[in-house]
Formats: sequence, structure tokens, C-alpha cells
Amino acid sequence: MSEYHKPLPKPSITSRPYWEAARKHELRLQRCEACKAFVYYPRDRCPHCFSDRLSWEPVSGRGKVYSYTIVRRASTRSFMEPYVLAIVELDEGPHLTTNIVAAPEQVKIGMPVRVHFDDVTPEHTLVKFAPA
Amino acid sequence: MSLKGAAAIVGIGELKPTKEPGNATALGLMAKVTAEAIADSGLEKRDIDGFFCGMAFADPGALYPASVAEVLGINPRTLNQVDIGGASPAGMVWRAASAIQSGMCSAVLCLVADLNRMGDQRVPVISTQREFEAPYGNIGANCGYAMIANRHMYEYGTTARQMAKVAVDQRANALKNPLATFNDKPLTIDDVLASRMIVDPLHLYEIVSPCTGGSALIVASPEVAKRTKHPPAWLLGAGEYSNHASITYAPSLTDSPVKPAAENAFKMAGVAHKDIDLVCPYDCYTITVLVTLEDAGFCKKGQGGPFAAEHDLTYAGDFPCNTHGGQLSFGQPGLGGGMSHVTEAARQLMGRGGERQVKNARLAYVNGNGGIMSEQVSLILERRS
Repeated sequence: MSEYHKPLPKPSITSRPYWEAARKHELRLQRCEACKAFVYYPRDRCPHCFSDRLSWEPVSGRGKVYSYTIVRRASTRSFMEPYVLAIVELDEGPHLTTNIVAAPEQVKIGMPVRVHFDDVTPEHTLVKFAPA
Repeated sequence: MSLKGAAAIVGIGELKPTKEPGNATALGLMAKVTAEAIADSGLEKRDIDGFFCGMAFADPGALYPASVAEVLGINPRTLNQVDIGGASPAGMVWRAASAIQSGMCSAVLCLVADLNRMGDQRVPVISTQREFEAPYGNIGANCGYAMIANRHMYEYGTTARQMAKVAVDQRANALKNPLATFNDKPLTIDDVLASRMIVDPLHLYEIVSPCTGGSALIVASPEVAKRTKHPPAWLLGAGEYSNHASITYAPSLTDSPVKPAAENAFKMAGVAHKDIDLVCPYDCYTITVLVTLEDAGFCKKGQGGPFAAEHDLTYAGDFPCNTHGGQLSFGQPGLGGGMSHVTEAARQLMGRGGERQVKNARLAYVNGNGGIMSEQVSLILERRS
């Protein structure tokens, strides 16, 4: 664990189920029981209809690259090597920021991707994506 | 209700940005540039009865406006911090006009200053971004704008050369601006494209450079404006809009909230795009200018690239844009980067553009942009004499 110097998520009461699912290599998102919208990132109320009835549902883990960049020089020293940062549009709708685990030149906008769980420490699993 | 003609910019203070902070403090810069702006207006310090400020990253704190007012020795009847990122300075102008129109005050100091102490950018202060973005390396503004640029290229065929043209023409403007940080040599499109790739597709010369500096405006009521030194730059229209904080959750990477902000500003002002003599769109990156010009209605959606390529964006050109050099050549002294678009528009309308004066400049469009195309403020300013 002492080897990992990048920022790690600190789950809140609201978001803990998301990160606990990720540790089990499951992608779960909140879904509003009132308006049926998927909600990402985790909220206490639905940002579409303000209902507080949000449940956790497993989702496909499939999506496509909405946009990406190859970060060759990061704003923080904890990210030294070039990496692919992307916004992925999940099949269920929500957008999320992630990394694409692939050679940078392989990544294209619109490319289908599937979830790739990265156990960066024994306690932390990040939700990344790989070419589908 | 409308703010049309409710107030005018009557005084400008602006420090030449420096790369190194030296012995400067943020509060010291604020005092210096405030004195300059008040002197420029021809008013006295005791005339200042309203105060809007931005918080300096180098010297943050709570209860910020009163703390700065105390340092300056002013006693405002209206005071607040405007916290909408790079849009804060433009946002201060209409807030000042609104406070003046409501009778709360009559001469408002709008103030920003900061030191170049960004260094190794810390993890975001916003908890949701710290949790869901920072672990993947989405830290700082570069990444988001790079993803906007890539998506714009994908959707509309925008090219690297079209984006670079913005930096090139703005540099030509900066060569005539003694206050600009980068005003010693012209740039070519090839220079821009040969500069180091930082975040694909953005090269070093397409990315704003953090600096130390500060700027201030005095916004005054019509009555106060009668006794100021320079021809006032009147506020004709204003609009503001935001639809996301993190770019990850923006409804679109390429359709920005500039559109509703600009629509409101033009509607309030009652002027047409063809009447605008110069534009000062926020330019943290080259792509920002293209998206802003599209969404503000100066060209068709997606045509920002060809528009920039086909028009001469210099002060002497057919579409004068960021005649001070933009932040890309002026430098970005914290929120003072966003103030530079307002100060330049006001200077031009006051006829104080010097060698880069736009002939017969009567109407200017200004856009302020906060975060990653998040908070947007559009202003239309007018010279009336």
C-alpha cells in the first residue's frame, strides 16, 4: 500500500455501497425508484426528481468512450507516466470519469469498452475500462 | 427588470503579470491595484461604497470580503465574494450594477489578485471531484479542456491548425500590449504545433500560463459616472448560466452554457451580433475561444475552427478578438486572467487601446468562464459618446 501514491477515494456514507461493490468487482449504480433514472455519482436524493428512494442496481459495465485525452504532463506529480483519461458513457446513460486500460494510440472516441476493476491497494478498487 | 445602462465601468487598475511572485503578497497586490483603479476613475477612496472580490488561492480564508475591505480601509454598504471561477470578474460587473440599481451603493470596487503559487496542483477541494475524479488523474483544468477539444474535433472536424490560429492572432495583439506577459515575439501556427504536447490535443502554447498579478475595476452609477475622468464603458446587457461543476457531468462537451448566458446578454442589450465591434471571450485554452464564439452566436455551431481560420482576429482585423492578447499571451494571474477580458473591453471602449485601439469601437462582447465551461457570464458593454 505504501507503494501507491496517487489519490484514493474516501467513501462517504452515501457512496460506500459503490466502492464496496467495486471491491467485489461489481459495478453498481444508484437508481431512482420514482423516476427510474440511473444516478452517478451517488447522491442522497435523485438529481432529476428529488426523490430520496434510491436503490443500488448492478449494471452492465458496458459503454463507449465519449471523449478522452492522453495526459502527457499531469498537473500533479503523483501521476508521472502518460495515461489515458476518459469520460465513458455507460449503456445505462450516466457519464463517468475513468481511465482506459489500453495503449493510448488504441483509444478512439465512440470505441466500445467494458469495465475493468483495478485493485490498486488491498482496500481500494478503481473502476476503469478496457476495450470491449 | 433590466440592467441596461444601470452602471458603467469608470476606472481600471491592472498590474503587469509576472511569472515569479518575488516579495509580493496577495493582499499587497490588492491594495496596489485598488489604488490604481480609484486614481484612474478620478474618484476618491471615500467614494467607494460597494465591494466585490475574488478569493486569492495564495491567501485564502473565510469572511473574505470584510477581511480584504479592512486591509484596504474601505467601508462598503454592499460586500461579497464572487466565487464562480474565471467568470467571477465578469460576474462582479453585473452584480455591481444590480447593487447600484437597487440603491444599495453607487461606486463598487471589483477586485482580484493572486500569486503564481500553483506548483504541484493539490487534490480538488470539492469532495465529489476528490472522490470520483482525482483517483483517475482528472486533476486541474487541462484534462477537461483536452477532452472538449478531442470531442469537438470528432464531431465537427475541427483541426489543430484552426485551434492554433487563436493563439497566433492573440499573440499578434499582445505584441502591442505593454502589460502582456508574452509580448516579445510573434507566434506562427507551426510554432504552436511544435510546442510540447501537454494533454492531447492541446500543446503548451494553447494553454494559459499561471502568473502573479491583479486587477480592479470601479463600476459606478450614472450619477457618479458624470464626474469620472474617462468616457464610461456602459453595461448594456448581462447573462449568466451554469449546468455542471465537473465536465464529466456536463450534458454535452461541445454545447456549452455560454449559449443561454449570451442570449440573455444580447436580449437585454437589444443589439445584434453584427453591431459588435470587438469580442473578449475567456481563453484559458484555444478551444475555449472556438466553443464560446459558436455558443455566443458569432458563427454556426461547430464552425468555430473555420471561423477562426478565415477571420483576422487581430485588433486591425475584421473580427477583433482578445485585443490584449487574451490570457494566452497576457498571462493568468489567478482570477485576474478573467478580469483581463473585462478591462480590455472597457479600455477599448474608453478609447485607451493605444497602438492596438480598434477603430470606432462602440460595442464589446465579453465572456467570463469558470471551471471547465461551467459558470458562464456574458456582458455587452457600450461607449456612448
